Amino acid sequence: MTHLFYTLTLGLYAAATATYLACLFRTSATLTIWANRLLASGCIAHILSTVHLANQQKHLPLTNMQESLSFFSLMIVAFFLFFERKYKVTTLGSFITPVALLMLIISSALHGELRDLPPVLQSNWFWFHALLAFVSYAAFAVACGVAVIYLIQRHFLKTKHLGSLFQRLPSLETLDEISYRSLSIGFPLLTVAIISGAIWSEKAVGSYWYWDPKQTWSLITWLIYAALLHGRLTVGWRGKHAAILSIIGFIVLLITFLGMKHSISW
Amino acid sequence: MNIIVVGLSHKTATVEIREKVAFSPNQIEKPLRELIALEDIVEGIIVSTCNRVEIYATTRDIAGGISRIKRFLADHHQMSLDLLEQYLYSYHSEAAIRHVFRVASSLDSMVVGEPQILGQIKTSYGYAAEYKSSGIILNRFLHKAFSVAKRVRTETKIASSAVSVAFAAVELAKKILGDLSDKTVMLIGAGEMCELAAKHFINSGARGVMVTNRTFEKAERLAEEFKGEAVPFEEFLQHLHHADIVLSSTGAPHLIIGPKDAEDVVKRRRFKPMFFIDIAVPRDIDPKVDDVENAFLFTVDDLQEIVQANLAQRNLEAEKAEEIIEMEIGQFFKWLSSLDVTPTIVALRNKFDEIRRGELEKTISNWKNLPPEAEKRLDLLTLAIMNKLLHNPTQTLKKAGQGGRIDLYVDAMRQLFDLQPDGDVDGELELEE
Repeated sequence: MTHLFYTLTLGLYAAATATYLACLFRTSATLTIWANRLLASGCIAHILSTVHLANQQKHLPLTNMQESLSFFSLMIVAFFLFFERKYKVTTLGSFITPVALLMLIISSALHGELRDLPPVLQSNWFWFHALLAFVSYAAFAVACGVAVIYLIQRHFLKTKHLGSLFQRLPSLETLDEISYRSLSIGFPLLTVAIISGAIWSEKAVGSYWYWDPKQTWSLITWLIYAALLHGRLTVGWRGKHAAILSIIGFIVLLITFLGMKHSISW
Repeated sequence: MNIIVVGLSHKTATVEIREKVAFSPNQIEKPLRELIALEDIVEGIIVSTCNRVEIYATTRDIAGGISRIKRFLADHHQMSLDLLEQYLYSYHSEAAIRHVFRVASSLDSMVVGEPQILGQIKTSYGYAAEYKSSGIILNRFLHKAFSVAKRVRTETKIASSAVSVAFAAVELAKKILGDLSDKTVMLIGAGEMCELAAKHFINSGARGVMVTNRTFEKAERLAEEFKGEAVPFEEFLQHLHHADIVLSSTGAPHLIIGPKDAEDVVKRRRFKPMFFIDIAVPRDIDPKVDDVENAFLFTVDDLQEIVQANLAQRNLEAEKAEEIIEMEIGQFFKWLSSLDVTPTIVALRNKFDEIRRGELEKTISNWKNLPPEAEKRLDLLTLAIMNKLLHNPTQTLKKAGQGGRIDLYVDAMRQLFDLQPDGDVDGELELEE
């Protein structure tokens, strides 16, 4: 069952990605509606697959890279669908869905063996920590996508090249609003995720913080987003440099997520 | 019956000539009545806008009809026919249908894709319908033209992009600032273009207007017109941060907003983006303002370039529109030809005969032991009844074909007996508003 839903999800995400990409080159109401329908159906299949797997394993599927990537991808899709509904930003999907699809493809290529849950993960603090972390990651992924589009639109405006792509991408104001919203959702979640991670670490190995690479990089990620949000709240910081910092933040986040292995071994 | 078009437009005549030939809408009744009173002219419509004057009519005699309408135009406007004729064009049959479809779809307009022409033709048609100068053919023809125009507008992007500088500025502002309903415009100086752009911004929902001018009275007058606020010119930089859109067109010989000013203003606005439009020649706003982050400066030349690109895009879309029109011409022409007498009589006979044979067959197949002789007699009997029944209508139609308003008879006949021409035209002839 899990496998069936999983394959269905992959197929629907691939179709949705192709349709969203087509939306960059053609303005068509039908195309917009179908892109959204395909992605929403994919999202439902993805949820079913995740719930089914969780039910089978009796725990949330967040314990290895394969499961985590799939969950990350699901959260990104869910966030995008929310923003698409609210701001009618179809062409944001042209940037977000390929990322979600890629994550799911990598996830499906990874080897996931069934195994017993290591004792170190059998803590509610861990589940709390992991769940919040991925929701915040997804929010930052959307912010990063929006920042990329912002830089593209800004480039078009400054060079006065206002072609059809410029017309199809969202306005600077909309991009700024989505960016600010996703940052202000992502940042508190990341904060709580890091704190709960520290508590879990104390329960598991007896120390809240011991500067392993994963923790250090998490802190760097947090500092970048803290600076970004602080600038926004105090002096209204936005525009090119804020967009670049948002992209850097997400790159650091990916390094933390993909590159840094926890020294708490399991 | 043939459709003919006689007229002149911005493509063939100067504005002086067009003015002379124009018809005033208040006094359209008399010329419409004169038009259909002309020999061989059956129905007629007069379309008169500032860019074209055209007459659409139906006639049995193409050459005669065209020359009579030309003479009518010359007489009505007291011009010499020789002079007028060099500006006039005329079309008949398929070419006439094509011309009217193209005009209604705004493919023949000065600015291709402009939306007014369709409304103007609808108004002209309204007069013709009111004074009964249009009949079965022109009614259908015009309704068809309206639905073709609608199809062109929805299926191509011919009217979707801004083709005036003022409108391009509004579109651009929406791309930068999003919804304009909480945005404020500041007008610096008072050029005609500036006022026009300001009007466009207000029509698009902009919330507030600030006006500044070296002569404060002028600023006050404009502010009153826009229900805005006048700002003394000496202080305008102190108020600039309230503006999201700055429209500048002073006659100043030097720059009035520099990059330093823009930087300060953007900072005071907490880096909310600002849209500067410099319409003045020589320029009012330092080009370096565009280098300031979150400030976007466009000059009138930049906007002009956008307009040019949009126009080029429209011409591309116009090609798609021509294809749609070619398809529709074929369909309409089929309906028009079906209004001839002979095909109608043939269709009527075929219909009757089909019914007769069907009923005959039913009777015979249910009748056991019917002798072949009786079968033959039944056939002859029903045939005789059918011929007698059809005799009068056929004769009347043939007689109508030699004069009078045959299309009325033919159309009534086709509707009464449900005789469809090849390809159902009726289904899509609803009037779109």
